[in-house]
Amino acid sequence: MAKAELPQALTANRLGDGEVVYRTPAGAWSARFAEAAVFGTKADAEKALADAEADVAARRVVAVYLFDVVPGPNGPSPRETREVIRAKGPTVRLDLGKQAGNSAEHGARAS
Amino acid sequence: MYRYDEFDRTLVKERVAQFRGQVARRVAGELTEDEFRPLRLMNGLYLQLHAYMLRVAVPYGTLSSRQMRMLAHIARTYDKGYGHFTTRQNIQYNWPRLGEVPDILDDLASVEMHAIQTSGNCIRNVTSDQYAGAIAEEIEDPRPWAELIRQWSTFHPEFSYLPRKFKIAVTGSPHDRAAVKVHDIGLDLVKSEAGEIGFRVHVGGGQGRTPMIAMTIREFLPKAELLAYLEAVMRTYNRLGRRDNLFKARIKILVHETGQEKFRAMVDEEYALMQGESPIEVPPEEVARIVAYFAPPAFERLPDADPATDRLAAEDRDFAAWLRRNVKAHRAPGYAIVDISLKPIGGVPGDATADQMDLVADLAETLSFDELRVTHEQNLVLPHVRKRDLPELWRRLKAAGLATPNMGLASDIIACPGLDYCNLANARSIPIAQKLSERLADQALQEDLGELKIKISGCINACGHHHVGHIGILGVDRKGTEYYQISLGGSADENTSLGEILGPSFTEDDAVEVVDKILGLYRELRENGESFLQCYRRVGARPFKERIYGAH
Ligand code: SF4
Repeated sequence: MAKAELPQALTANRLGDGEVVYRTPAGAWSARFAEAAVFGTKADAEKALADAEADVAARRVVAVYLFDVVPGPNGPSPRETREVIRAKGPTVRLDLGKQAGNSAEHGARAS
Repeated sequence: MYRYDEFDRTLVKERVAQFRGQVARRVAGELTEDEFRPLRLMNGLYLQLHAYMLRVAVPYGTLSSRQMRMLAHIARTYDKGYGHFTTRQNIQYNWPRLGEVPDILDDLASVEMHAIQTSGNCIRNVTSDQYAGAIAEEIEDPRPWAELIRQWSTFHPEFSYLPRKFKIAVTGSPHDRAAVKVHDIGLDLVKSEAGEIGFRVHVGGGQGRTPMIAMTIREFLPKAELLAYLEAVMRTYNRLGRRDNLFKARIKILVHETGQEKFRAMVDEEYALMQGESPIEVPPEEVARIVAYFAPPAFERLPDADPATDRLAAEDRDFAAWLRRNVKAHRAPGYAIVDISLKPIGGVPGDATADQMDLVADLAETLSFDELRVTHEQNLVLPHVRKRDLPELWRRLKAAGLATPNMGLASDIIACPGLDYCNLANARSIPIAQKLSERLADQALQEDLGELKIKISGCINACGHHHVGHIGILGVDRKGTEYYQISLGGSADENTSLGEILGPSFTEDDAVEVVDKILGLYRELRENGESFLQCYRRVGARPFKERIYGAH
């Protein structure tokens, strides 16, 4: 993985169904990347990561980590292909995953 | 087919109940993820990119129709309507919910299946030749031996925490379809000059980061000594395998660092020592009991040729192509082995929908003595079909998109899940398989190219067997962008070889072009009907390197 660069966002998988989720500015988890908080400083990113540990302890999410995003005209997007695929779903099955618009099927919130 | 005895049944049921409790404790907060992870992995449950993934064992690739229907049921009920058959002859579900996994395991247990030994540093699910018990050339059906090894290794206390995972493959045919020389232990059934059947034992093969071809440490092992000898190998490994370094922990490293002669001597010494204790001997009645489960079905006495089938072949080019590519000679006259291609042009290699699984189960039940096989090349097999049933079978497979006549050809590509699903991936594998399959789709072209094995992995773990592809493609990560390294000349049959890296890696689009150019050069260079592999072995890497990189 390439060296971390700012800005970053925080992601995890929901414990119950493994769904990819993102930390929102309000400190909740959303299944939509568009709702992810974007951290412009290392301190903010680290703080969000530390805060998220409480949700790991509370069994909402697992596998929490920060990843790089790049700003763009339509808002930020993940920098690496891996995170683009996590944010959308398998590129070979556009009918599955978040891109299919059915992520609510597993319940949209972590808890 | 093998049926569980009471012992197996109880064991698997207890294991499911135990896991149900562990999931409940995880959800209740009594277990942390660090505590839970090894427990879920022992039950085949991984956390992947988008969701959990459950890997279900298909021991030596053999399934009954009832089991296949259950796999379809699980895909439909708990997952998203499909499953993925893997290079370990297993099936993976990509979207199970944690809380439902114990229910899935219960359903599996009801058809004598489970997800044990699909993960962790144990002896994994034993793999075998998909044509076992059916192919004309076979010396003996390897599956009773695979089953014996399964029974011996399942939950074996000494081998539950090996230095690393451990894979065993067994084949009973001179032509190796089980890739035995790239397994930790590979076994060939062979016939001695005296006419006795026993095993040739290869140890220390493997793919991954450090691909190695197994060394032969025993030319002829009498059958009765199989488990005792394997136990001696395992003990030697358990004692000396590198637990200090994950990358050096596989037996291949030990064997290759020690050397063939010395390793053989060490095993012999251990074996001699064990004779002093009470050596494990398998009672002949037990072997006979297991062998009986695999007794050949009651084949009818049939003339070998079927005129109606031959007539259709003469009239219908598609049927003829399918016969040529997907139907193999059976040992019983009037019967055939049928490969079911899970490689439709442009499709996802190894994926099958629940409906396709149900259809295949029906076909197995009515036309193949209720038997099915999963191949390590990610296809399915109906092992015992009457030739006279081939036209009907073909029509039904064709209607379900399962009759692509491409077995062993360019579009019969192995591809691991790669970055579309896998948490460890560097790059996607499936899209490049799809593009190549579309590019090389033309049947006449494929048949002209002849036998060709293209194998694609999304990272160095090599689940897509790229090291042993005639053309191997490995996904690598260059600053967050997917690149592909190409290697040539690998093979996983009885003349196993590891591919040589052609040179610097390519972008996805370029990789497809490069494969096309490689095949173009092969057509220029081949002599006297040489296959790609034969041609490569004769001319070497140089002309290919020059063609691809020469301009730079
Ligand atoms: S080879 Fe790598 S990317 Fe492919 S399935 Fe295996 S671990 Fe995942």
